[in-house]
Amino acid sequence: MKKGRFGNYGGQYIPETLMKAVQEIEEAYEFFKNDPDFINELDSLLKNYAGRPSLLYYAEKMTRNLGGAKIYLKREDLNHTGSHKINNVLGQVLLARRMGKTRVIAETGAGQHGVATATVAALLDMECEIFMGREDTERQALNVFRMELLGAKVHPVTSGTMTLKDAVNETMREWSSRMKDTFYVLGSVMGPHPFPTIVRDFQKIIGKEIKEQILFAEGKLPDVVIACVGGGSNAMGAFYEFINDSSVKLIGCEAAGLGINTSKNAATIANGTVGVFHGMKSYFCQDLYGQISPVYSISAGLDYPGIGPEHAQLYDTGRAQYVPVTDDEAVNAFEYLSRTEGIIPAIESAHAVAHAMKLAPLLKDQIIVVNLSGRGDKDVASIARYKGVSVYE
Amino acid sequence: MSKITEAFKGKKAFIPFITGGDPDIDTTEKLIIAMAQAGADLIEIGIPFSDPVAEGTVIQEANQRALEAGCTTDVLFDMVQRVRLKTDVPLLFMTYLNPVYTYGKENFLSRCAECGIDGIIVPDMPFEEKDELDTLCMNYKIDLISMLAPTSEERIALIAKEATGFIYCVSSLGVTGVRSNISAEIGHTIDKVRKITDIPCAIGFGISTPQQAKSLAELSDGIIVGSAIVKLIAKYGRDCVEPVIEYVESMKNAIEHFK
Repeated sequence: MKKGRFGNYGGQYIPETLMKAVQEIEEAYEFFKNDPDFINELDSLLKNYAGRPSLLYYAEKMTRNLGGAKIYLKREDLNHTGSHKINNVLGQVLLARRMGKTRVIAETGAGQHGVATATVAALLDMECEIFMGREDTERQALNVFRMELLGAKVHPVTSGTMTLKDAVNETMREWSSRMKDTFYVLGSVMGPHPFPTIVRDFQKIIGKEIKEQILFAEGKLPDVVIACVGGGSNAMGAFYEFINDSSVKLIGCEAAGLGINTSKNAATIANGTVGVFHGMKSYFCQDLYGQISPVYSISAGLDYPGIGPEHAQLYDTGRAQYVPVTDDEAVNAFEYLSRTEGIIPAIESAHAVAHAMKLAPLLKDQIIVVNLSGRGDKDVASIARYKGVSVYE
Repeated sequence: MSKITEAFKGKKAFIPFITGGDPDIDTTEKLIIAMAQAGADLIEIGIPFSDPVAEGTVIQEANQRALEAGCTTDVLFDMVQRVRLKTDVPLLFMTYLNPVYTYGKENFLSRCAECGIDGIIVPDMPFEEKDELDTLCMNYKIDLISMLAPTSEERIALIAKEATGFIYCVSSLGVTGVRSNISAEIGHTIDKVRKITDIPCAIGFGISTPQQAKSLAELSDGIIVGSAIVKLIAKYGRDCVEPVIEYVESMKNAIEHFK
């Protein structure tokens, strides 16, 4: 079995120039993941800086209102910087520092990963540059300023579709020109080995906490765990601990944009085929000649034409199920959760909430855990625009 | 000895690169024939890809122009078939793995063999992943070109031992594109290769002037030039054949006096 494979998926499909850099990371990670000093330092930052463990909140009003399953929300939105992204970034930037790197670079879609990277870089005195599609810098303008405020330099990416996939392209190009002092903090469970494994390992704390918290609250495992999926890091983090608990259904929610039968969506599992891109073999939205499709979602964080290789495997084996959720359904869930529970979810996470809303009435006496991967403050202006309301940010 | 290795015999090879279908497929066809006549020893044809991660802006834009002009893998195969009636210069495809993978690996290589492609370069398929294609390449007698980079170091021996055709030595870190300064460090890489195998080594990435070509040809068996030519194609569009030929001749002249 080759390294970094999840069944048929994963691998290291990158230019020769970058091979040394990823091998260095792999070697360092294999060492530090068992190093007590490193583990203590990370645990302490997760607790004292990021605010872990995050709450598992019983959404009683939502439960009553939907009249079926009991719904719990894993509140990753309450983490410092407002999403699950900080879990992975703390791990990777600490690793970078241990490797003697002084500069971190990262791609970002919605800006969540960029903000988390800029934040941790500020804390740990690292130089930081973020690559963000120009279209995303426009729909998430506040996050651009936030990153700059934290001392990062933000590069708007103008190649290709000017969204997340192009930001990844540009970060890889930048990395291949400067590796000696620079670490690429990849934001999701994607890219070449070892990133899908490293990111999943740093995110699996989500599922671990869910398991402890639900056992404490309910004395049993949940029946369903739901999370949104772009590249798939929050979903992988929430699912991983439950993979061997076959009674727990795992459901990933993909961005269906205007619908999976339109040209405007980012539903990789529903519409994609197997290919090789961004360093990995997995499912991608592409045409018959292997040209990567321009994808669309109201959510910048899910607007990505691929999915992490471990999800591809979970899909093939049937261990996890992937469902499409449209813009309209996500916006509806965004408003619903805001009004019902007083929690404004990230538009990404609202995709998972939307599916829970469909499912809950059908699952009486069952327990659903929704991973609320981020908070929605960043989305307020764009949701207003979607609804035709003009607001000043 | 493969037709590609043969092309390096007794001379320094000049290897121009163009993106297939930029600005259109007819111009690509004319360029290949004219460059072969002007002294190109091998010609590298890029299969346009939506997301060419190893390319700088110049070739990225060429990829986009070609795709917008309707270039596809099949259009390129048909063009190569036509070109083969007029020249037997060794031809290479430079392609990311995904277009090969989605075409069907075996379909792709059998079409290559049918149309007269002699080798392929896949920049996002490093040594660790080359079993995707190496057996198929061998079966269809297509050279799978290996790449070495300034970061390869202890990987050099591993890669050189299994290399076929020639070794593509990347001159600098980063992506493709014209550079004013190219370090002579790549010479050390080539020295290391020569201790292991006598396979030819060609240097690419960043080369644009006859002076650069001359000094790097001294260290190697051949020179690969992409962005400088693609820039001329971008500038002159369908009228690019003449300026490209003029340029190819000047580069060929610069390296020719080494024998």
